Amino acid sequence: MYGNDFAATGDAGVPASDVAATSAGRTLLEQVEDAERELRSASERSVVGDDRLQDYFDAVINADQKIEPRDWMPDPYRLGLIRQIAQHAHSEIIGMQPEGNWISRAPSLKRKAILLAKVQDEAGHGLYLYAAAETLGVSRSDLVDQLLTGRQKYSSIFNYPTLTWADVGTIGWLVDGAAIVNQVPLCRCSYGPYARAMIRICKEESFHQRQGFEILHTLAHGTPAQRAMAQDAVNRWWYPSLAMFGPPDTASTHSEQSMTWKIKRFSNDELRQRFVDMCVQQATVLGLSLPDPDLRWNAERDHYDFTQPDFHELMRVISGDGPCNRQRLEHRRRAHEEGAWVREAAAAYAAKRAAREPAGV
Amino acid sequence: MTSVDYVLGLGDDALVAAQRLAQWCARAPELEEDVALANIALDQLGAARLLLTYAGELEGAGRDEDALAYLRGDREYRNCLLVELPEPDFAVTMAKLLFLSAYQKLRYEWLAAAGDERLSAVADKARKESAYHLDHASLWTVRLGDGTPESHRRMQDAVDRLWPYTHELFEGDHAALRPQWLSLVTAVLDEATLTRPADGGWAPGGGRQGLHTEHLSYLLAELQVLHRAHPGARW
Repeated sequence: MYGNDFAATGDAGVPASDVAATSAGRTLLEQVEDAERELRSASERSVVGDDRLQDYFDAVINADQKIEPRDWMPDPYRLGLIRQIAQHAHSEIIGMQPEGNWISRAPSLKRKAILLAKVQDEAGHGLYLYAAAETLGVSRSDLVDQLLTGRQKYSSIFNYPTLTWADVGTIGWLVDGAAIVNQVPLCRCSYGPYARAMIRICKEESFHQRQGFEILHTLAHGTPAQRAMAQDAVNRWWYPSLAMFGPPDTASTHSEQSMTWKIKRFSNDELRQRFVDMCVQQATVLGLSLPDPDLRWNAERDHYDFTQPDFHELMRVISGDGPCNRQRLEHRRRAHEEGAWVREAAAAYAAKRAAREPAGV
Repeated sequence: MTSVDYVLGLGDDALVAAQRLAQWCARAPELEEDVALANIALDQLGAARLLLTYAGELEGAGRDEDALAYLRGDREYRNCLLVELPEPDFAVTMAKLLFLSAYQKLRYEWLAAAGDERLSAVADKARKESAYHLDHASLWTVRLGDGTPESHRRMQDAVDRLWPYTHELFEGDHAALRPQWLSLVTAVLDEATLTRPADGGWAPGGGRQGLHTEHLSYLLAELQVLHRAHPGARW
């Protein structure tokens, strides 16, 4: 999912050795491919199990196989997944706004085309995530309603404004980068339709991240004004990007359930550390600095030490008081309301056509 | 020899149409339509880039696609008025797309078979895209025209309001294409239970000579603002 920065979705940690074992020597894209292979082989195996539904479910999870829509599943598993997939879908849809903000003003026709295609991909991601959620027995219109009424959240990162063109590059580099770090483990999620959607999304996100990096690289090596624009954007987006991984593990009040169910595989802090380690080297290539005076390599931990994001700010943004919460939701509601007559017309036309067709055709 | 203005006319139509269509991104009536309209905008933008690049080469003054898109004022733009008109609702967008794509399809088909090799290569690709745009606009025109009383009223309003601007498309050499265009468009309007407006009334023009509506300058101000703020920068 875009982030773990939703309300009430914290999770407890797993030992750090697990991370090393699972991700050792594999790039993020290679991990996506591994997950795809795993998915294929899971569908070829079969579980010898008990007749009892819960036992069968547990056996499937323990055997690292996939739960499919036809399978029985515990209600909390189903409801938790619906919420997680829906919030991920909402994030894609709301995320179209901050970047879409620059389509009309993109500084070259090539950049305009790339950005338009990127925002279009996000709409596509939203579509297949809603479709994945629908396999769990909810309707897209119900989920959209939950978004519009504020009952379900979206990633808080999109409640920050895109003030300059460099923000578009920075979102690609940092926000999509953080999203990928979050999402790659989800490619191995125990629920088949979600895992499949994540595999496809991760491949596209990594493409977006590279494009964002390239925008920033061009700016950082451009005129002094472009360079300043790039550094300013990185300064503004760094800590909100770190906050995308959610509250620290020590503050997590929620069960290890989603770890046990193999929906989630790593803790918030592990993923955040992985992201920081990845960004430091990339920032060097960009020739931009990360706005953290305490960022330094720790040879003992084999990781970078860094300053944590302001979690009070994260909580404020989650609870609705970020710079753009109101604007993002109002925009979505307005688009929905203004499109109502079009959707009604399409439904009325489809009904007329169905009535005109002879029965059985 | 193909004239620079001729190619600019084609390219500017596509670029301005792309700019308008892209405004729907993140505010379309349904998610599928966000994807579809972005797709069509991307097709238009792609054609615009090829055409502006070619116009720059024909001109021979060293202007590339970005110099032509970002550094000309509205008096130097050669697009038809239809594409620059604002799109206050989805019915106007679909009526514009119906009229424009039927016209572009016919023009690209004609150019694909004509003598200029560069243009015919662009047109050969673009005509297939135009056929898809026409299909999309036709489906929506029919759905809205034959949908609810409200959608019928809005669609008819849009058709009535935009019809006068379609005459400009067939100025001069292109007059011969109008009968074919009329038969494409009329078939869709009929199926949509919409009334085709009468010809012979107001027929605004001037876009091909750089005399535009008041709307184009605002559109270009937005399109060009960042590029112009950093003269000579690479992006």
